[in-house]
Amino acid sequence: MYIIQTIINGLLLGGVYALLGVGMTMIFGIVKLTNLAHGEFIVLGAYLSVVLAPMLGIDPVLTLFVSVPLMFLAGFLLQYFLIGKAMKKGNEPALLVTFGLSIILQDVMLLIFSADAQHINTSYAVASIRIGELEISVLNIVLFIISISAITALSAFLKYTHTGRAIRATADDTDAAALTGVSVKKVYAIAMGISMASAALAGLCVGMKWTFYPSSGGSYLLIAFVVVVIGGLGSVPGTLIAGILFGMAQVIGGANYGLLISYIMLLIVLIVKPKGIFGK
Amino acid sequence: MSEPILQVQELNAGYGDFSALEQASFSVDHGQIITLIGLNGAGKTTLVKTIAGLHKPTSGKVLFMGEDITRLSAEKIVSRGLSMVPQGSRCFNRMSVHDNLLMGSFPKSARKHAKETLRHVYELFPVLEEMKKRPAGTLSGGERQMVAIGRALMARPKCLIFDEISLGLSPAIIKDIYKRIIQINENDKTSVILIEQDTQRALRTADSFYVMLKGKMVLSGKSNEVDAEMLKKAYFGI
Repeated sequence: MYIIQTIINGLLLGGVYALLGVGMTMIFGIVKLTNLAHGEFIVLGAYLSVVLAPMLGIDPVLTLFVSVPLMFLAGFLLQYFLIGKAMKKGNEPALLVTFGLSIILQDVMLLIFSADAQHINTSYAVASIRIGELEISVLNIVLFIISISAITALSAFLKYTHTGRAIRATADDTDAAALTGVSVKKVYAIAMGISMASAALAGLCVGMKWTFYPSSGGSYLLIAFVVVVIGGLGSVPGTLIAGILFGMAQVIGGANYGLLISYIMLLIVLIVKPKGIFGK
Repeated sequence: MSEPILQVQELNAGYGDFSALEQASFSVDHGQIITLIGLNGAGKTTLVKTIAGLHKPTSGKVLFMGEDITRLSAEKIVSRGLSMVPQGSRCFNRMSVHDNLLMGSFPKSARKHAKETLRHVYELFPVLEEMKKRPAGTLSGGERQMVAIGRALMARPKCLIFDEISLGLSPAIIKDIYKRIIQINENDKTSVILIEQDTQRALRTADSFYVMLKGKMVLSGKSNEVDAEMLKKAYFGI
């Protein structure tokens, strides 16, 4: 029973880890940029839900209907008017811009929200379901459902829509994509919009699960990095598998050995399959 | 005959201090096939990349159906009806053949006819329909060129540029692909620009020709009136 319980907990946790990584892997794969501000985007998403829930008097999960479009728009504009301009000068300037963004965002959030610990509370935060000897937290189920639906929706969007196809084509070959009538600049902006929208979802999830501070972005970025590298840069399904593996490792290792096992796993993947499980 | 479908006037372009195009001018009439021939590095690819909007000229003009498209982005030029099959096919390797073709109909003007055009492309290249689910990266060189041509056709172009279509292909496949190009030209009245190093084949196919050398147009004329001696001199610059 203990093993099944562990697997279930790891699986549920893994969904959230995958969600942390999915926005980052998209930017890696499509824009070919390492977005060092992704952790801060996630924290920003969490604060948005903290602010919006009492303001609108709704369940924190429902704040997504406001925070996701807001973050999409922010990402779109950010890429179109700032990061895209820096990318014209090369990869390093763009990388530095995202680094600068992460510092600015951290300080702005510190200024507005102070350094106090925050947590997104819900009525079901401590509730759990019993099935025989198994005990599953309702919160973990909710988070898992949010994560998996978001990742599935994103995969379907990339696979079946005109815009999704244009995004995949641009990731493959920018010049050839432009020759088929795609505005590469716009595709990059949409990709960053989606990435930030996913950060809004991830922010809500981590905010409901753990306490967070304006400075928490770094640790989320690290998780995102590991998940993205294990899964294979730019691969959405790879990110999902890697997130679940990472989640399992965390649960099996517990508080003492969770991170150790995760990073050993990262090392093994890097040695055996340096491009990641789904890397091409 | 009305005005030419494409007019290139005194185009200059380069890379940094290096000038790759000097005062290049040529024109293509409606429904005509022309060929641009010349040695490696003569500026042929730079010229067509500049026309297609992938490279910015320093001066000069490109008129397509009477309108100035010189400074337009590549994606806007495609939606006006000028498409290019780039050198080395440049398929989207990780996408299926079917998705590659659908990408071709991305411009709004082409999207509403996508189904009908797709049927047309599959009729032209039946082999593509058989392998429509395979990732383009797994196809042979000739098949990839067919995907690239099909993808360009999906935009329903009025003028089509082929940049070194025969590069790296076997003679039998080149012959087959040229047959399709002539078919496209005859059936759809699409104007065609062939960039070639295979001079003989290009001259047999095209109505008129231009020879490029070191970024300049050095000779032009009707393909059926070509003087072999003059052509050789212009081609090699001797």
